[in-house]
Order: sequence, then C-alpha cells, then structure tokens
Amino acid sequence: MTDLSHLRVDFPILHQQVHGEPLVYFDNAASSQKPRQVIAELTRYYELDNANVHRGLYELSNRATDSFEAARKKVACFIGAGSADEVIFTRGTTESINLVAQVWAAQFLKAGDVILYTGMEHHSNLVPWQLAARRTGAVLKHIPVLDDGTLDLTLLDLLLTEQAKLFACVHVSNSLGTINPVRELCAKARALGVTTLIDGAQAAGHLPVNVRDIGCDFYAFSGHKMCAPTGIGVLYGKAEVLAKMEPWHGGGEMIESVTLEASTYKAAPHRFEAGTPDIAGVIGLGAAIDYLESVGIEKIHQHGQELTAYAMQCLAELPGIRLLGPQGDRASLAAFALACAHPHDLVEFANTHGLALRGGHHCTQPLMKRFKVPGTSRASFYFYNTAAEVDRMMDILHRAVTFFS
Amino acid sequence: MALSDDLRDLYQQVILDHSKSPRNHGQLTDCVHVHGDNPTCGDEIDMYVKFNDEGGIADIKFDGQGCAISQASASMMTIKVKGSRRDKAMAMLKDFRSVVTGEGSVQDEDALGELILLEGVQKFPQRVKCAMLGWRALEQAMQESAKES
Ligand SMILES: Cc1ncc(COP(=O)(O)O)c(C=O)c1O
Repeated sequence: MTDLSHLRVDFPILHQQVHGEPLVYFDNAASSQKPRQVIAELTRYYELDNANVHRGLYELSNRATDSFEAARKKVACFIGAGSADEVIFTRGTTESINLVAQVWAAQFLKAGDVILYTGMEHHSNLVPWQLAARRTGAVLKHIPVLDDGTLDLTLLDLLLTEQAKLFACVHVSNSLGTINPVRELCAKARALGVTTLIDGAQAAGHLPVNVRDIGCDFYAFSGHKMCAPTGIGVLYGKAEVLAKMEPWHGGGEMIESVTLEASTYKAAPHRFEAGTPDIAGVIGLGAAIDYLESVGIEKIHQHGQELTAYAMQCLAELPGIRLLGPQGDRASLAAFALACAHPHDLVEFANTHGLALRGGHHCTQPLMKRFKVPGTSRASFYFYNTAAEVDRMMDILHRAVTFFS
Repeated sequence: MALSDDLRDLYQQVILDHSKSPRNHGQLTDCVHVHGDNPTCGDEIDMYVKFNDEGGIADIKFDGQGCAISQASASMMTIKVKGSRRDKAMAMLKDFRSVVTGEGSVQDEDALGELILLEGVQKFPQRVKCAMLGWRALEQAMQESAKES
C-alpha cells in the first residue's frame, strides 16, 4: 500500500491524545487538517507583508498583491484553467455555486427552462438552484441514483435535452464516494448547448482535476478540504461565459469608474470580487497547492483509493453492516449503516476513544431518503491517514457493536 | 470520572432496552399529530396524542427514526405522560429539561421515574436536542390542542 505516513510530521494537530487515546482523524471530507508549511506561510504573510491588495502604491501592498495574484496563477495551473482570469476567489464551494445560481441564472434562465441536477448533490448544489428556480420560474429535474450509488445514466437522454439550460453535478459524492463521469456528462451537455457546473468540493486536492479536460463551464471548490485555511474557495468560470456575466456584489475593487449616478465594472475575475478579499486565505491556498503538488496529486489519489479499499474490506466483516456507494472505483471515504447502532450513537462511542467519525445526513437529505436510512456513519481519509489507523477504527467499531448489541 | 464511564451512564441498559423495543410505538388516528425533527442529524419523530375534554393526555404513541437517546427518551416519556393531567405533563416537561441540561431544579423527581436515568446526557451537551426531541413534539401537540379548544 502507498505509504505517506512520513508526511504526518507536517501536521502538528495529528499528534495529540483525545480522551486518553491517540487522535484518529477520519472526518477529512468535512475539512482537512493543515500542514505547518501552510500555517507558516500565513504567519509569514501577517508578520512581513500584510497590507491591502490592489490599492496601495507602497512596498507592502505591492508584495501582498504579488503574492495574492501569484496564488491565482497557482490555482489556474492546479486545475488546468486556460488563464488566471478564469479563477474567482470566493468563501468556498457554497458561495461559488450561489454566485452562479444568482448572477448567471438571473440573466440566462427563464420560466419553463430546466435546471438538471442529480440525486446525490450536497445541499449546497441543490438549495441555490431551488432558489433560482423560484425566482425565474425554471423547472427542476434530477438524475436518480442507482442502488450501487452511481447515477442512472439510462435516463440521461430523457433528462439532458436542449430544454435543460443548466446542468449541475457533483464530481465526487461526499456521502457515497462515487466519482461521477463528469467529462462524458459535460461533453453531452456541451453538444446540446447546456451550461455546466461541477461541484468539485471533494475532488480538488484528492484527484487530478483539469477543467479544460472535463469541459465544464463552471467548477467550484473549497480550500479547507485541501489543506488550505477555512474561508477561501474558488469558482472557475470559462472566460467566454464570465465575459457575459453581470457583477454580483457591488463595492470597491470591482469597478472601473464610479459617478454618483452609475458605474462601470472591471472584467473577470475582479468584477466578481467586491471588497477586500481574504488575502491571507488566498496566500494560504497557494501554499496548500505548493504542498499538495510536492506530494503529488496522483500519489494522493492512489493512496486514498488503496486505503479506502482496505477500509471497505475490513468494514464488510462487521456484523449487521450496510456499506453505501460503489464497490470499485471510488473516492477516499467509506459510508455505512450498522443495524445495532444509530450513527449518532456510534459516533459518540467512537469519540470517547479518540476517533473522529462523522454521523448524520452529511448535507444530503434526499440521498438518505433514497437509501432509506436516517443517516450514515462516515470515515473519510486523506493522505496522512494510515492502515494502522483503519485497524484502530475497526477495533473501536467491533467494541461498539458489542456495546450496543 | 473517565469518559468511558460517562458513556456507560449515557447508554444504561434500560435506555438501550427502550431504544431497541420502544413502548407506545405506532400511530393513532383522530388525534393531534406533530412531526418533529432534528435538522442537524436527520432524526425524525411523529407524535400522536389524544387529549381528553380537560386537556389531559388520554393516549399517546410515536414513531420515527433516531438515535438511542431520542428513541428511549420518547418511549419513557409516553409511559409517564399517558393518563396525566395537562399541568402535570407540563411540569414533567420542565423537570425533564432540567434533568438533561443540568439547569434549574427538578420539582418532582418521583414523577419522572426512570426518566431520571437520562441525566447522563448532561455530560454530552450536544445530545440534549436528542433527549428533547419527543418532548418538544409533545409540547407542540399540547399547544395545538389548547388552541383548538
Ligand atoms: C460535495 C460537497 N459540495 C459542497 C460542499 C460545501 O462546501 P463548503 O461548506 O466548503 O462551501 C461540501 C462540503 O461540505 C461537499 O462535500
């Protein structure tokens, strides 16, 4: 198995006892831990370069602006964007999707148009579209999920038609671990003139992402799930799509000139970044990308797949377990339901042994209904997790089964 | 006390037993029906309450899905409040809230009976919502019946 445990020294937080036992952090799908390289870069920025960007004509502001815009270039490279101007900084995936569901939807959707999404979306890729549908009169449709946790693509020809104006789809499901065939889906959408948005919250930093290869119009992700600080995220938008979009928030930074009557606006990406941005967050995101690239995304992906396969194989032996999601190719998480214990109780038990699992609906209530479970327990991994930690989890879970049976 | 002892307190045998075979489980017709949920974890409860002419609780049943704490609490609650006068049920609700939060004082411990066992929840503040799920549904049902009459 790919072993990246030598990287654990970079994550100070992992080396602590919780309730008297070594911490096992298996809630990476909710948020990842941060390496000291990223933490150090934040400190460096605040101690040496801190100033507002794009404003001052003095050394500190120039340095801050340079680091800020250098991070934008890093992001562009990281996701294979055509240019840094296609990278908009947001607070995270949720804000990225809302930007599109407000600005783009208001301009391009009309009553009767179809918004197509899938039955495995995170609430953040459902609710913004429901709000957009309410405002525009657009109609919501979804691609159902099959028992094996993949999309029912037999219905694709029926659902993905010219009537659909927007197709929103999660790249990697945070509840099932499914990796969706986004490239094929976007190719089909493009052929029909349907605009596409991919929710990459669980994909970026976990597997190689190339937006031009995927062929999407928008791609959204969060920094905090890939070693960067909380509060910073990205909306990638194809240049020609962004060029047609109206501004979102109004304020400083996004304008060209302002009179008391009217204003003119900058081009993308600054058009969509009103006000002082999360400068430290952006610089931290840049440092996180440097870190991940030094490890190698391919290697991270391979490690995740191997560790997950091992965990799935161990979990299958637990009495009364039901594993959700596809068996084969999948992302680095395992979601399950136990007959003897509700996720809430199981997660509570795990916590008393220093094991951080997630229990509940994982912001995918429709999916929980679909699989007829009140919620699931989820172990989600990142490259600093090890097979020995999976063994510890299994030991704790076996004890939980005895406790609750 | 070690956390594992706290955990044993939280999940005492009686509590696990109620959660595995909840009493007064099912539905009633011709009654006040309240649906309660815990949006953060997805727990759901349906409370069916029949009131007598004085506003007392003539019959009560519940169903739904949830953790051991929410299920056991609802199950024990139905046993205790069935046949109670309205003011008595209200007083128990208040006392039970004090038991699980540790805030305020319990007026009538005897009335709560085994519900006192849920005291262990105090050490797990994020589980207060679970313990109160059925009670909040009952409270709402009582409010609705008061409005109707
Ligand atoms: C698939 C998916 N989409 C969207 C989000 C929302 O991300 P954020 O809360 O960082 O905006 C998450 C994270 O919880 C997620 O897993």
